[in-house]
Amino acid sequence: MSVSDLSGLNAERATPGARVREVHDSFHGDLLEVSMGPHHPSTHGVFRMIVTLDGETIVKLKPVFGYLHRNHEKLGETVTYLGSMPYTDRLDYLSSMTNNWAYALAVEKLAGQAVPERAEYVRVILAELTRLLNHTCLAGFLMQDCGCSGTPLMYAFREREYILDLFESLSGSRMMCNYQRFGGCRVDPSADWLAGAQKLTDRYGTFLDEFETLLTGNEIIMARTQGVGKLSPELAISAGVTGPMLRATGVNYDLRKVDAYGVYPRFDFRVPLGDHGDVYDRYMIRVLEMRESIKILQQALAGLPAGPIMDPKAKLRSFRPKAGEAYGRIEGPKGEIGFYLLSDGSPNPYRYRIRPPSFINLTVLEDMCLGHTVADAVIILGSVDIVLGEVDR
Amino acid sequence: MLGTGLLQGLGVTAKNFVGSFHDPARLTTIEYPEVKTKLPEAYRNFPFLVTENATDPMGTLRCVACQICEKECPPQCIYIEKSKDKKPDATGKPQLFPAIFAIDTSVCMSCQICVEVCPFDAIKMDQVYEIATTDRFSALLLNREQLAKSNAYYHEIHPTEAAEVDARLAAERKAAEAKAVAAAAAKAAAAAAKLAAPVAPKTPAV
Repeated sequence: MSVSDLSGLNAERATPGARVREVHDSFHGDLLEVSMGPHHPSTHGVFRMIVTLDGETIVKLKPVFGYLHRNHEKLGETVTYLGSMPYTDRLDYLSSMTNNWAYALAVEKLAGQAVPERAEYVRVILAELTRLLNHTCLAGFLMQDCGCSGTPLMYAFREREYILDLFESLSGSRMMCNYQRFGGCRVDPSADWLAGAQKLTDRYGTFLDEFETLLTGNEIIMARTQGVGKLSPELAISAGVTGPMLRATGVNYDLRKVDAYGVYPRFDFRVPLGDHGDVYDRYMIRVLEMRESIKILQQALAGLPAGPIMDPKAKLRSFRPKAGEAYGRIEGPKGEIGFYLLSDGSPNPYRYRIRPPSFINLTVLEDMCLGHTVADAVIILGSVDIVLGEVDR
Repeated sequence: MLGTGLLQGLGVTAKNFVGSFHDPARLTTIEYPEVKTKLPEAYRNFPFLVTENATDPMGTLRCVACQICEKECPPQCIYIEKSKDKKPDATGKPQLFPAIFAIDTSVCMSCQICVEVCPFDAIKMDQVYEIATTDRFSALLLNREQLAKSNAYYHEIHPTEAAEVDARLAAERKAAEAKAVAAAAAKAAAAAAKLAAPVAPKTPAV
């Protein structure tokens, strides 16, 4: 059974209640159902895929998640506005700084709070460092999934550690930063810290050159990833896919440009777009985004103004925003991360809802995997860039 | 040419392999636990209670059992019971103190919110990380005797922050004393005016 024969199967799948056609001939046996995960290392956490196979070709894929569900949104209703901040670190634990920012933005909208300019710049610097960190890790993990065992991932982790050292010396924790506050940031970065960030920014391009020499032109990687896991722009838009996944299909949608939140309009940067929407494009988009992030970092570090880091009117204790609702969203490394808050004037939100980018990007997994082999499903999942802490919440 | 990319990639790995033997900056691993990295000053892990005097830790706790941290703690890992009586604090003012102050470190997520909301600079973040234990329950529930650490220790782990806190507390105490002196003087003056007789001003209680 070739890939082209699958169109019929997909049509049958599309009809509600239809069963997958079972193929019986001398070469093919019955369809085989394989449960991948939840303890499979390639699923990036506790995620399970029930794949139905015809030979080695996937004809059906059912994602199962929720193994890491910890009642995040309900918890948000029981703790104060400030109390939810450390919990947002634990959503997408690779990019706690951007989660913090999105949440702080939502609360600031709700309370109508202003943010000093220096804090806005520091937020941009930290968000772009997070983007570097996340995309470097993703490239490493993706290559690990492809079977480049160890080397690219170790190079990526070496660089990641330098960024985490910066986060640790600023916020006190490598990954659970808990750094942003409503109306600014918690600590003012020192001159030493900024010098460290500048040094890292200057050096990062060299690392990317090395990383790209290792991977981008590698024939095995090209053969393995090009044309695999194609996603059409129409499907991506209708499924609500955001972030590098969407831009790899060629849709020009970046919240840094669309919403122009914070001080992003002051920086000169471009939004890289893909052509094919396959795994290779998703990898390339991330590499190109990292190069743009370096450009933003250079401009933000050069233009960082002096001044207070926190709004002097900001209240830490007994913070009660007036009744109302607000949705704050930013362009996280994985896509649009948003927080929807409904306030009834009490110290806790009445409703606390998260728009998790990796969860929504994951919904198109089956459409990308159909017709490919199990080994391809692993790299397609890797290219989606999920963190189960955020998917399951 | 097919294979060029592969050869270039192999060049990168070869460069890194050789480089790791020559360039000390590339040696990123250390021999833990014999060698330990220096923690950054901002590093935080688990809170502790600050005491003014290491010889009498329970008598000089800065904590006045106001229970703000207990209320604000997101995972609710702090348990406080107020004392029945009052004890003089560092400035001599009678204050309540925590009869029970317990932190369940198996629940604590080191988020530092208790430190930020404390109006008395009584709880600060520690830098301990070798705290593995074989007892899951009582060994992880720290009481106030285990949590109390001296201000000198605080200066040791967070020197900049501790100096700021000390300067602020000293300024607050000085202001409070000046206010007390001024209030006493005003009271004495008022009394003197009322009696319309020369009365020696009382020395203000500090």
